[in-house]
Amino acid sequence: MYEGVVQNLIDELGLLPGVGPKSAQRIAFHLLAAEPADVKRLAHALLEVKEKVRFCRICGNVAAEAECRICRDQRRDPQVICVVEESKDVVAIEKTREFRGRYHVLGGAISPIDGVGPDDLKIRELMARLADGQVTELILATDPNLEGEATATYLARLVKPLGLKVTRLASGLPVGGDLEYADEVTLGRAFEGRRLLDV
Amino acid sequence: MHVASLSLTDFRSYPAVELDLEPGATAFVGPNGQGKTNLIEAVGYLATHSSHRVATDAPLVRQGAQRAIIRSVVVKDDRRALIELEINPGRANRARVNRSPVPRPREALGLLRTVLFAPEDLALSKGDPSERRKFLDDLLVARAPRFAGVRADYDRVLKQRNALLRTAATTRIGRRRGSRKQDDDAAFAAAGAGDVMSTLEVWDSHLVRHGAELLAGRLDLVEALRPLAAKAYATLAPSSAPAGLEYRSSAGEDQADDKLSTDVSVLGINREDLAERLRAGLAEVRQAELDRGVTLVGPHRDDLLLTLGDLPARGYASHGESWSFALALRLAAYDLLRSDGGDPVLILDDVFAELDDQRRRRLTDIVAPAEQVLITAAVPDDVPAQLAGSRFDVTEGSVLRVR
Repeated sequence: MYEGVVQNLIDELGLLPGVGPKSAQRIAFHLLAAEPADVKRLAHALLEVKEKVRFCRICGNVAAEAECRICRDQRRDPQVICVVEESKDVVAIEKTREFRGRYHVLGGAISPIDGVGPDDLKIRELMARLADGQVTELILATDPNLEGEATATYLARLVKPLGLKVTRLASGLPVGGDLEYADEVTLGRAFEGRRLLDV
Repeated sequence: MHVASLSLTDFRSYPAVELDLEPGATAFVGPNGQGKTNLIEAVGYLATHSSHRVATDAPLVRQGAQRAIIRSVVVKDDRRALIELEINPGRANRARVNRSPVPRPREALGLLRTVLFAPEDLALSKGDPSERRKFLDDLLVARAPRFAGVRADYDRVLKQRNALLRTAATTRIGRRRGSRKQDDDAAFAAAGAGDVMSTLEVWDSHLVRHGAELLAGRLDLVEALRPLAAKAYATLAPSSAPAGLEYRSSAGEDQADDKLSTDVSVLGINREDLAERLRAGLAEVRQAELDRGVTLVGPHRDDLLLTLGDLPARGYASHGESWSFALALRLAAYDLLRSDGGDPVLILDDVFAELDDQRRRRLTDIVAPAEQVLITAAVPDDVPAQLAGSRFDVTEGSVLRVR
C-alpha cells in the first residue's frame, strides 16, 4: 500500500476496463513523474468528455451536438439501419466504408445475469424510428456471442409485424485465413451459414 | 498412446517433480496422503482440463503459489508432442504445444486421451444424475472437442435464462405487493413482467438450439456405449443380470407412460425432432418455471438410467454390482476411445483394493493389453502380478523409481 493519495489514484485507475493492479501502479507512477501541464491536459480531457459529449438523440451514438455526424449527413441512405451494441462498433463498421446507411446504437445487449433487459436498451427509440415506414432494411450487427445473438433474435421477432427486410451479419471464417487454423465452433458456424456459389 | 514424461511445478503437494515413464504398466506405491493420486490426477487433468477429484482449480495449485504447471511428452504412433498447461485458478488456463502457445487451451485437448478409474467412480452408479451427465459430457468432449464449445454455450444460455426466470419471480412478487400499495409500483412491475415474457421466448429458442445439439451428441454416445458397457459388465460380473443403459430426458416427464416417452432414443437421433421435443417440454413447465425461477427442462436435468435386467441399478444393485457397473462404464469409454483410434492411457487410481479377487482378475485381464497403464496403490500387494511393470515409491512428496 502507498500513501493515501497515491493509493487512491491507483485504486481509481484499477477500476478502468483492461487495467489490472500492476498496470494501474505503472500508470500512477508515470503520472507522478510527468510534467504538471501534461497531467492537467489529461485531467481536462477527462472532465471535458463528461461535460461535452452527448448521445445522438436519433441513433444513440456518441455525438458532440444533439445529433451525431452520421445522422446529420444527408448523403446517408435513410432506408437502411444497422443496429449495433456500442458506439465503438459504429467506428469499426465505418472503417469498412462499405455501409452507407444509418446506425442505431443499443447501448449493450440483453443479459439477464447483468440485469440488462430490453427496456434497458434503446429499443423503444429504434421502434419509433421504424414507425414512419421509411426504413426498408434492418441489419442486425450485434456481437456474435450468446447475448448478441439473443438480442438479434429478440429484435427480429419484435419487428417481424412491420414486414421489413431483417438481415444478420454473416459469421464464419476470417478472410485471408487458413481453414486448418479455424477453431471448431467457427468452422461449424461457417458450415451452417454456407451459401450457394452462383457461377 | 503413452505418456513418456511428466513434470509438475507447484501442482498440489509438489513444488517440482520430474518423471520419465515407459509404455506398459507403471505403479505408484505408497501410504495414503503421500501424493500418489496427485501424480495421476495431473495426467488426467492434462487430458480433460478438469480434475477427477475437485470441481474447481484452486486446490490444484500448491499453497502459496500463483499457478501450477503440468508438462508432459505424449507419444502417439511414434510422434512426440510436448504439452504444457498452466493452471491459473479463477482465470483462463494457458497451453503450449511443442513450445508454441495455442490460442485456446481446449485446442490442446485430444492430444492426450485418458480413461481414469477411481474410487469416486462409485458415484456413477450410486450418485446423483449430475455424475452420469458429467461422464457422458466428458466423453463427448474427448471424442469430439467441438462439444466443449456446445457445452459451454448451453451452460451460458442456461445461466442467462435462470437469471431471467429469477427476475420474473421477484417481479411477480413485487406486482402482488405493489397492487396493494402504490399504482406506480404496480405499473412498473407489470411492464417488467411483460419484458420478461418476451425475452424468455428468445432464451427459449437459444436453449432449445444448443440443448438439442448437446442432446443429439449424448444420445449418439449412449447408443455407442450400450453394447460395450453390457459386454464389459458381463465380463466383470458374469452371474449378474444383464446391464442396460437408457437415456432419460427431462422433456416429457409428466406423461403417463413414462418409460417409452422419456427414453428419447426411440425417437431416433434427429436434431429437429429433439428441438421440437424440448420446445414442447418447456411449454409444459412454463408456469412451474416462473414460480420456481429455474429452468426445469433440458439436458441439464436429464439422466442416464442404468439397469440390471428389469430393475434400475440405483437402489437395487448390491455394492459389488454398483462397483462393477461403474467399472463397466469406464471400460466401455475406453473401448469407444480406442475404436476411434489411438489407445488411450489407462489410469487406475487405488481401484484394485476395492475389488474382490474375481473382479480384480477380470479387470486385470481387460486392462493388461493396453499400451500404458498407470496405477496407484497403498501397498505393493494391491498391484496384480500381471501388471508388475515399472514401480515408483511415493513417500512424503518424494517419488523414487524402484524398478
